Amino acid sequence: MSYECFFIAQKLYIFVELSETRKKLNMQKLLLLGDEAIAQGAIDGGISGFYAYPGTPSTEIMEYAQHSKEVADKGIQCTWSANEKTAVESAIGMSYAGKRAMAQMKHVGVNVAADAFVNAAVTGVNGGFVIVAADDPSMHSSQNEQDSRFYGDFALIPILEPSNQQEAYDMAYNGFEISEKYNVPVMLRITTRLAHSRAGVELKNKKNQNTLSLPEDPRQFVLLPAIARRNYKKLLEMQKQIQEASNNSKYNQYIDGPDKKIGIVACGIGFNYLMENFDGNCPYPVVKISQYPIPENHLRKLRNECESILILEDGQPLVERQLRSFFNEGKKVHGRFDGTLPRDGELDPTIVAKALGLHVPPEIKISDVVKMRPPSLCMGCGHRDVYSALNEVLKPYGEGRVFSDIGCYTLGALPPFNAINSTVDMGASITMAIGAADAGLVPSVAVIGDSTFTHSGMTGLLDAVIKNSPIVVIISDNSTTGMTGGQDSHAKGRIFDICKGLGVHPDHIRTFIPLKKNHEEAVKILQEELAYNGVSVVIPQRECIQTAAKSKKAAKKA
Amino acid sequence: MRTDIILGGVGGQGILTIAAAIGLAAVNNNLYLKQAEVHGMSQRGGDVQSNLRISDKPIFSDLIPKGGADIILAVEPMEALRYLPYLKKDGYVITNTEPFNNIPDYPEVENILKEIEKLPHKIILDADKMAKDIGSARASNIVMLGAATPFLGLPLEEIEKGVKALFEKKGEDIVEMNIKALKAGYDFAKSKL
Repeated sequence: MSYECFFIAQKLYIFVELSETRKKLNMQKLLLLGDEAIAQGAIDGGISGFYAYPGTPSTEIMEYAQHSKEVADKGIQCTWSANEKTAVESAIGMSYAGKRAMAQMKHVGVNVAADAFVNAAVTGVNGGFVIVAADDPSMHSSQNEQDSRFYGDFALIPILEPSNQQEAYDMAYNGFEISEKYNVPVMLRITTRLAHSRAGVELKNKKNQNTLSLPEDPRQFVLLPAIARRNYKKLLEMQKQIQEASNNSKYNQYIDGPDKKIGIVACGIGFNYLMENFDGNCPYPVVKISQYPIPENHLRKLRNECESILILEDGQPLVERQLRSFFNEGKKVHGRFDGTLPRDGELDPTIVAKALGLHVPPEIKISDVVKMRPPSLCMGCGHRDVYSALNEVLKPYGEGRVFSDIGCYTLGALPPFNAINSTVDMGASITMAIGAADAGLVPSVAVIGDSTFTHSGMTGLLDAVIKNSPIVVIISDNSTTGMTGGQDSHAKGRIFDICKGLGVHPDHIRTFIPLKKNHEEAVKILQEELAYNGVSVVIPQRECIQTAAKSKKAAKKA
Repeated sequence: MRTDIILGGVGGQGILTIAAAIGLAAVNNNLYLKQAEVHGMSQRGGDVQSNLRISDKPIFSDLIPKGGADIILAVEPMEALRYLPYLKKDGYVITNTEPFNNIPDYPEVENILKEIEKLPHKIILDADKMAKDIGSARASNIVMLGAATPFLGLPLEEIEKGVKALFEKKGEDIVEMNIKALKAGYDFAKSKL
């Protein structure tokens, strides 16, 4: 046996060749995160383009592709997009041209992309199109725990929800074909635990990429009302086949058990937590769901055979809602709605054990000695210097006027800075400042990062310019997408020109280097711009210390 | 055979390197493995953990149930206490004594150690000092890996191979240093049994 491993961007990708038998069979098993399994599945399934904006827990799909030699050799596209909407649109474009494309994003990214995404179900596809939605129940790194399956359900497309890393690989691999077969995008929905957990994955034979080919119907992608109505009818007609595919899917299973008191519906990784509690031998009948729409055949059987139903889903109670009327003919449906499972947060083996009435060890309380250790801005980070100056400058104006955004600088909400009053969605800092200023909160301040600015801040700044809002927009520029681990920022080296181009007066686009020694300069600039009755942009510019350290290390090696 | 391990520390302390070394040894021995990591926001100086499960039978859950961990391996003492609800009744806590103090209300280290001393099964060591004595403060996490090795269900030689493979590309000196660190931790734990 041999193995080799290497460090990539401080992450470990361990490639493991298994036993000699496997070698003989020319089979290879890799130890992959769920995210990485999806990337490899797409590569082996004949993808031509990955499109994404970084967002936990989806980021590692693109990173894996970017570090893959195979991707480079095959000329597979894998650069970051400005935001999730541009990513999905680029993927639709590649599908139009006949090739296979994937767009990956975190759950709230699907909101940003929703216009393109929902309409892509109406255009249908030419080359296969898989959209990966990485949900974050328990909000480990997110502002909500919305469940992307609702989007897939609403768009009338098949959803695949792997229960383990192998299925994640297989579904990415097969997803393009499902998409092409039924002429719809396919949603691949995962949650944080699978995205960021590693296990052995067996690879399949590699498929070739599609060749360039235009859609047979030149108007397929022209969603004028008359054409959209026709396409939509086709999509509705296709539902029967999509349902049939779910009923017959190998990812959906009916697993019989002797005790018919409860029938269990286990979705995605909920299946693992169930099986964990019974060491793989569940005494109750189980319907494992990993492909949607829900498999009616298996569920009908479960309804006929079992006295009551328990539904396990890692996310919001979508299936439970769908099944309540289906099962509520004298049979109790247990799940998140009736309190058998908590209404919010991710599942785990202990929660599932309790729902099944199994014995769980008595809860041990964590000692009072243990304190919370919240994340914080790195020591030496430029955002720190920005908040020190801003807090000082705003004192005479009073509290409650700083609207911020999504990135490392959101940590300015915590002590010692307590510097910001909002974080809602990508880009909302600038536009919320406009609204607050309209209401009379003058001056209002926006704090946004460079990558978030080009993601969704530019259009808001244009709004501000058009009405000459009395706001100060601080674009805290660390020249990277920091919170997700330092991906390239579209804004790098372009912020001044973008702001000027959008119509901000060059006299009111100010820059400084956020360092302790420049504190006085920063204070002076901010004071002057707060006093100005119009749109100001202040750009503190200093590279993220994490990426700076990384490039220094890389330079040393080279 | 099955070993469930919770690795605890603070973002940037190198718990994923420990996980990778054990992971390599596990896969090299044809064992099943699942390893859940924390990425994203918490990596900025927050508490981080990894659930590492190795077994000769397929593993279902990526997460270890409460009361199910055979080992809590903490590279920081307060973080050892954070995960106690996950420890099996007869499970081992293996912890470093060197605090990572990045919060204003960090408790007195003596109070933390007092709590750990109360546990029936524990290995407590100053891995930072041991690593420094060997010649590299950065090898502290590998000292901790060594201290956990008697409890992993895998022989020391296999863990050694994993460590070698991890550091191979960094040169022989680095490999040697880390093997020394591994053995120092291992010998310390053995002497406490």
